[in-house]
Amino acid sequence: MLCPAMRCHRLALGLGFCLLSGTALCLLWKYFENWLLISYVPYYLPCPEIFNMELRYKGEKPFQPVTQSLYPQPKLLEQRPTELLTLTPWLAPIVSEGTFSPELLQRIYEPLNLTIGLTVFAVGKYTRFVEHFLESAERFFMRGHRVHYYVFTNEPAAIPRVPLGPGRRLSVLLIQRHSRWEEISTRRMETISRHIAERAHREVDYIFCLDVDMVFRNPWGPETLGDLVAAIHPGYYAVPRQQFPYERRHTSTAFVADDEGDFYYGGAVFGGRVAKVYEFTRGCHMAILADKANGIMAAWQEESHLNRRFISYKPSKVLSPEYLWDDRKPQPPSLKLIRFSTLDKDTSWLRS
Amino acid sequence: MQAGLARVQGDPPAGPLLPQSEAGTAGHRQLVEKSRFCLGTDLRWPPPAGSGSSHPDGTDGLGPRQEPDLATQVGLALSLRSERCLQLLPGHLPPPTPLARGRLRGVMGPRSLWGRSASPRLCGLLLVAACLGFYSNVFSLIPGRRQIGESQSTEGGHLQGQAEVLPLSPDSHGGAPQGVLEETTTQWSERDCPPDTCRVPEVPRMVYPKAQLLKPGRTDVLVMTPWFAPVIWEGVFDSAILDAQFRNATIGLTVFAIKKYVVFLELFLRTAEKHFMLGHRVTYYVFTDRPSDVPRVPLGEGRRLVVLEVRSYSRWQDVSMRRMEVISAFSRRRFLREVDYLVCVDVDMAFRDRVGAEILAPLFGTLHPGFYAAARSAFTYERRPRSRAHIPADEGDFYYAGGFFGGSVAEVLRLASACQQAMAADRADGIEAVWHDESHLNRYLLYRKPAKVLSPEYLWDEHMLRRPPFLRKLRFVAVPKDHAAIRH
Repeated sequence: MLCPAMRCHRLALGLGFCLLSGTALCLLWKYFENWLLISYVPYYLPCPEIFNMELRYKGEKPFQPVTQSLYPQPKLLEQRPTELLTLTPWLAPIVSEGTFSPELLQRIYEPLNLTIGLTVFAVGKYTRFVEHFLESAERFFMRGHRVHYYVFTNEPAAIPRVPLGPGRRLSVLLIQRHSRWEEISTRRMETISRHIAERAHREVDYIFCLDVDMVFRNPWGPETLGDLVAAIHPGYYAVPRQQFPYERRHTSTAFVADDEGDFYYGGAVFGGRVAKVYEFTRGCHMAILADKANGIMAAWQEESHLNRRFISYKPSKVLSPEYLWDDRKPQPPSLKLIRFSTLDKDTSWLRS
Repeated sequence: MQAGLARVQGDPPAGPLLPQSEAGTAGHRQLVEKSRFCLGTDLRWPPPAGSGSSHPDGTDGLGPRQEPDLATQVGLALSLRSERCLQLLPGHLPPPTPLARGRLRGVMGPRSLWGRSASPRLCGLLLVAACLGFYSNVFSLIPGRRQIGESQSTEGGHLQGQAEVLPLSPDSHGGAPQGVLEETTTQWSERDCPPDTCRVPEVPRMVYPKAQLLKPGRTDVLVMTPWFAPVIWEGVFDSAILDAQFRNATIGLTVFAIKKYVVFLELFLRTAEKHFMLGHRVTYYVFTDRPSDVPRVPLGEGRRLVVLEVRSYSRWQDVSMRRMEVISAFSRRRFLREVDYLVCVDVDMAFRDRVGAEILAPLFGTLHPGFYAAARSAFTYERRPRSRAHIPADEGDFYYAGGFFGGSVAEVLRLASACQQAMAADRADGIEAVWHDESHLNRYLLYRKPAKVLSPEYLWDEHMLRRPPFLRKLRFVAVPKDHAAIRH
């Protein structure tokens, strides 16, 4: 009775001890492994609770049959001088004026009763842009659809109350302000993915993430809706890929080699279906964290990471520079209708 | 209730959990109770300062459990116990006496437990629990790739299960039960990207020439429809990128070889082996009423041939129209489980050039080679309002060919069912559409616009049409045949 008990008891203790020491060593190794690579930069772990959340998205809306639409027949052998490329090599449409029929798209999308989310970040001095941004969005952004604006700010009191049309709502969300403007900019990816996980996936079908220091100048409608949508940066649409301001340091996760790259996409405009934007922003955020752990910040902050990700996960729709324009540049004839462009501003003062 | 209150106030719980109760009538029962008690003690780790935590059995009873899961608790508990036991063991453990039952004093609790271990199986079980608890805890606390992978698959899996209600096409009556169609359409929405769930397909690092925004690939032809469906011509797509995006897709190719049409199979299959979806998994579904006449053609890797026997009809028009019925029946029965995309083509054709992943889309149609330049009023739509395939003269985008259409299995199922029901309704009314299933297909594609449109490169007849300059490649061409002989 006692001998087998003693043996078992010793065996059990021995196993327990091995287990413990093994685990302790494992833990130690994991921590030290990370530690060796970090030059100490304050960094944080993303909230584990989000990763395991099951997102119940609003139901997918299939396209309804298009009834009785009167529009001219598409001409197959048109000799129209198309100045802009209309299809990417992976068959994603490039949206510009003249490539689509607004009435037809309205007929296709209206019965779906979509809600489109729009996120902007107005931190610190950038709150002054919100009013003009929202007023122009009320005039031009997704007229006829339900829209939900999400304004992220550190000063909710500074957000003006802009009169909104029917079916359009505004939510002001509080976020933390960081000391460096680059940090604020980079944290957008994290904030957007958390926001989608916590809230937006229930409220909207599509979401766009735009910069706030811009204004809508012409209609921005359902032609921009797609699974994953990117916009071409106005400064680099005519330039070979070697001159794109990608992150060129190998140590960064946003590294792009000289022979890679389709377009240089702007970080000021991206969007798509809520599920895909969630995956996209989360992927970017992970890459940004990895860079932080290595003590490196990409050349154009989250725009570099966005571009890196868009090379591997190609967008299903691309917006021409009409949808992201810099007013300081002269408008070329190939861009017929500028819809969204920058406001003239003193960047250095704003960022201080 | 009272016990609860006692716990809250920090009094020792009454009853069998009290270590000093040596009433010990049923010794074994008491032993078991003691073990539970000991477990309970350790779960309050880290022990509150100043309490009797050095008392291995602590008198404060069970506190409210806040730990996330039982496995973790047990794991922590047992690990702690083993630590303590390790401290206690050398030389501290009194030799267990044979009269151990019922005589346990508080301070001896865990030691005596170990000394008189109830059974080796219990030890083993506790250790396994400790193992599980510890490792699950350790690895979930350290954020790593595994976590991200798990959560991605959770989301993806959930999205797949989303229910949807899909309206049938406007002119369908009854026919397929709504329930069946609904459950088969749950996978529809994720066909915007290749099969697995919600992910944008990742492409590996590739080197290819950059597209120029200011230099369109083709200026002589329409490259995108007004509803953003690409029109696939040579020079508009990069086959390497598309092949990479669709690398995990399985494509089914359905073809009907009824009666004398079996003679076309040999050339069809041989040329398909050379040009159709190279590098992807392909299943040829050959529907025939003469299975023995299906030729044995050597197939490449990842490609297989399935021969399915169907009945034939005396009229060739019926043979053509009943294809829709067969496709919808087999889609439900088989194709949904076996392939991701379905391509439905005529058999009296041959492949002459690449037909690859550029055609894959949730729903695609092909431009009929005879009508690509015609005005919509000249299209040979069914113009009689009585028919379900009726299209008025001022409507219509393109004239699609009945000999090459396809898409994701769910979408093709929807299309085939709608066409089949429309044809059945027409048959009941005693009317037959002018171009049979092609008319019904055109009606369907007018109101449910395809996501991609294939240019006439993908369906051409050299003997009936002169080749225009904008047709840089002929990929899928008609094989000359004697209509009269073959149809009768």
